[in-house]
Amino acid sequence: MTDFITPSSQLKTRKSAEKRFQWYGRGAIIASLVFLVVMVGSILYKGSGAFTTTDVAIVVDLGPEAVDPANPQDARFEKIVKDALKARFPEATKRADRRKLYGLVSNDAGFELERFVLANPDKLGGEVRVWFRASDDFDILLKGTVDRTVDESERRLSDQEIGWIDTLLADGDVKRGFNWSFFTNGDSREPELAGILSALVGSALTLLVCFCFSFPVGILAAIYLEEFAPKNRFSDIIEVNINNLAAVPSIVFGLLGLSMLLNTFGMPRSSPLVGGLVLSLMTLPTIIIAARASLRAVPPSIREAALGMGASPVQATFHHVAPLALPGIMTGTIVGMAQALGETAPLLMIGMVAFIVDVPQSILEPATALPVQIFLWADAPERAFLEKTSAAIIVLLLFLITMNLLAIVLRRRFEKRF
Amino acid sequence: MANSDSATIDLVHSQRKKGYELFVMGVLILCSLVAVAVTVGIVLSLLFEAFRFFERIPLTEFLFGTQWSPQTALRADQVAAEGAFGAVPLITGTLLISFIAMCVATPLGLLSAIYLSEYASKRSRNLIKPALEILAGIPTVVYGFFAALTVAPLLRAGGESVGLDVSSESALAAGLVMGMMIIPLISSLSDDVINAVPQAMRDASLGMGATHSETIRKVVLPSAVPGIAGSLLLAASRAIGETMIVVMAAGLAANLTANPLEAVTTITAQIVALLTGDQEFDSAKTLSAFALGLVLFVTTLVLNVVALRIVRKYQEQYD
Amino acid sequence: MSKTAIISAKDVDVFYGEKQALNKINLDIPENKVTSLIGPSGCGKSTFLRSINRMNDLVDICRVEGSITIKGQDIYAPEVDVVALRAKVGMVFQKPNPFPKSIYENVAYGPKIHGLAKSKTDMDELVEWSLIKAGLWKEVKDRLDQPGTGLSGGQQQRLCIARTIAVKPQVVLMDEPCSALDPIATAIIEELIDELRNNFTIVIVTHSMQQAARVSQRTAFFHLGELVESGATKSIFTSPEDERTQNYIMGRIG
Repeated sequence: MTDFITPSSQLKTRKSAEKRFQWYGRGAIIASLVFLVVMVGSILYKGSGAFTTTDVAIVVDLGPEAVDPANPQDARFEKIVKDALKARFPEATKRADRRKLYGLVSNDAGFELERFVLANPDKLGGEVRVWFRASDDFDILLKGTVDRTVDESERRLSDQEIGWIDTLLADGDVKRGFNWSFFTNGDSREPELAGILSALVGSALTLLVCFCFSFPVGILAAIYLEEFAPKNRFSDIIEVNINNLAAVPSIVFGLLGLSMLLNTFGMPRSSPLVGGLVLSLMTLPTIIIAARASLRAVPPSIREAALGMGASPVQATFHHVAPLALPGIMTGTIVGMAQALGETAPLLMIGMVAFIVDVPQSILEPATALPVQIFLWADAPERAFLEKTSAAIIVLLLFLITMNLLAIVLRRRFEKRF
Repeated sequence: MANSDSATIDLVHSQRKKGYELFVMGVLILCSLVAVAVTVGIVLSLLFEAFRFFERIPLTEFLFGTQWSPQTALRADQVAAEGAFGAVPLITGTLLISFIAMCVATPLGLLSAIYLSEYASKRSRNLIKPALEILAGIPTVVYGFFAALTVAPLLRAGGESVGLDVSSESALAAGLVMGMMIIPLISSLSDDVINAVPQAMRDASLGMGATHSETIRKVVLPSAVPGIAGSLLLAASRAIGETMIVVMAAGLAANLTANPLEAVTTITAQIVALLTGDQEFDSAKTLSAFALGLVLFVTTLVLNVVALRIVRKYQEQYD
Repeated sequence: MSKTAIISAKDVDVFYGEKQALNKINLDIPENKVTSLIGPSGCGKSTFLRSINRMNDLVDICRVEGSITIKGQDIYAPEVDVVALRAKVGMVFQKPNPFPKSIYENVAYGPKIHGLAKSKTDMDELVEWSLIKAGLWKEVKDRLDQPGTGLSGGQQQRLCIARTIAVKPQVVLMDEPCSALDPIATAIIEELIDELRNNFTIVIVTHSMQQAARVSQRTAFFHLGELVESGATKSIFTSPEDERTQNYIMGRIG
């Protein structure tokens, strides 16, 4: 007689093989998720610093000697700042020391002072305490990324510089605050001044162009293929085409943009117009596929109802079917736009990889985009750009998360119960 | 009231504006032709520019040459003294990095898919699946940044501690991170494929006293093999065409090597290097990017077409 | 062709691809009467109904041969506009399928696309007339702006009838209009059909022989793609000529 209750030793091995197999699966999932958490976590950790910034107060001489009240804009602001620094730390006499001293504040300190003076003409005539943006090395020291115990020759800041900074700190001449300029400045060679505004506007313009082209074309193409296209070779070709287009590497679209849009049609290089068009060709298959799926989900009874009372096929589609499919189409479009927002490679091909300080004013001006800005900063040698890069990634991810959440909410909200 | 008294009714003339409807139809057809136009545009522009390249550099040198250095003339007898355009190191570099990526992504993606479709409860499935999809939604430039500034230094430090010389732009770093990127692609495609295996086949195996894992390995997976193969091909095509990770983490050194610890370069990284920065449009250097683009396009297209065929055949089998 | 026939089908064959669904159908349908088409599932009665307003055109592989005329005009003639045809030959479907719009918009849609109302007041009157005719006015007159999908199944079907008659067609085709409804809703619709025949010619496909007997004056019995016999409802049910009709009525084919 066979015993059903006590397991044989063979069965035990099989049972443990079963357990092992399940753990392989769990392990794979855990490994993937751990990677995700580590990657995002490390970027959050590195980037969080960029959202705060350091300012330093210096007493500058704005007397009539330095600034002529009649023509304040003609003053030599950079010199005034340097003189003020020299006055604050008179012990720096050697040229090399002086240069280090000037390096405590940002290279743009002269412009900052100019802006301050022009905005506050009433402050002219004597000594005034003005806040300047501290340099990136200064900032990084305060954030604790520089190890003071390392041998002086191996760190970017000398003992002397650290001494000055400590003095300023002790005197209450240093303040830290939220780094608004990260969102209000364009790119800069100086990490402490570099911001993402020009890249954000560039991305927005590019996406706008992308949306204006790919959304209508995508919907209409989907409507044709789903509602009207006869079942023949021609439709098959279009269908296969779209599926293959969805898997073409993004950089190839960049090559298309370079050779067709720039060199053949002579569109302006580096412009959001070209960038947007290239990205729209890339997102088109995504939108078409999503739109077809949601058109297919509209029950045929709606079509029949409209046709049965004498609506023409075009009327039935545009009055009844398309409006019902719209939420689904929107969801697919947002997902496609999110892809486009994160895309970098094709934009490199059409020259949206320039150093852009000013905010682009139109879709024809040279611009860059947020992911390209990330790519450019990731290559910059200054240590402070590492945290800027991470911060820009955080902003990019926030945008992507928002868009995807929007898509999910839209889907939940309008999910039709047919 | 509803009936007209006329003996006949008008079936010929309706209120709709036929011209307008024809116009709408025309617009609809035009829009769906955009997709075809894009493909034609890609093929034409790649072919045209590549053809101009092959007028200067013979096709055989491009396909079989082992020296890639477009910037400088290496030998005096070089055509037009413009540099060497042997694509072999780029192709091997691309294959090496893609191979590493597939080695990472295949087991992780496949095992995740098996666990999700066969073992996970509905609840945890609804949580884990979107979490894995996040990996697919993160822009590749972010992966590139992570590979270049976190993974590569870690590998280098790790290599040093065991006495290995790891290049700071190693194929391994780029391949590992790329592998992570394509996990969700493999897992979600394979998940669909595994789910398509009819429950009756599982029941038959379980009914004979096989354990769940035996059923999966001996019954479910074998019948899902074609679909899984299709999904792996799609993932490989994605890896070959991936640009930002390799641009940022793999570097530009055209080494002909199979050592994952050394720096290699890829087709996509070279295209970016050739076309960013100053360029004269007619130089062989610039045109070579289009020849590389053509190689890339044809390779990925063939992989996709084959993969889609396999997947479709597989689906028909169970429909 | 009898003098009172509004629709007359001659040698109608319908094919789905290679498969023949209807074989040489000859049938006259009299004006302002209710004609019911009965027969077992798959006998072709719905196919025939759908050829009368060319809903079959929507099926790519469907082919219709022979002729169907309405008031003497061949509806498959090349110059016929299907849209104009369907405005004259309305259809009510098996499952109530109101548009996911307001009750008012559901009824107003047809007149709007066919340009039947010149002003808002015209439209309001037309909507009211249609809803009254469909016996729904009292129930919905205070909530015309609410979605039609919020009504009960029977009300939805009456809304669909109102929507169809708002276009003032000559013929109303009904494809098993009560099969998705409970007995009470069914009774209301049957009464409605009886009233509607004063204004419209009605052709109804039904599964239930009792229903055919209750609502129709003429009955046609289909079997395996053929029209077995047709005639006054009373005579079909009391003294069928064909043995197959007899068997069906006795419940032997089903």
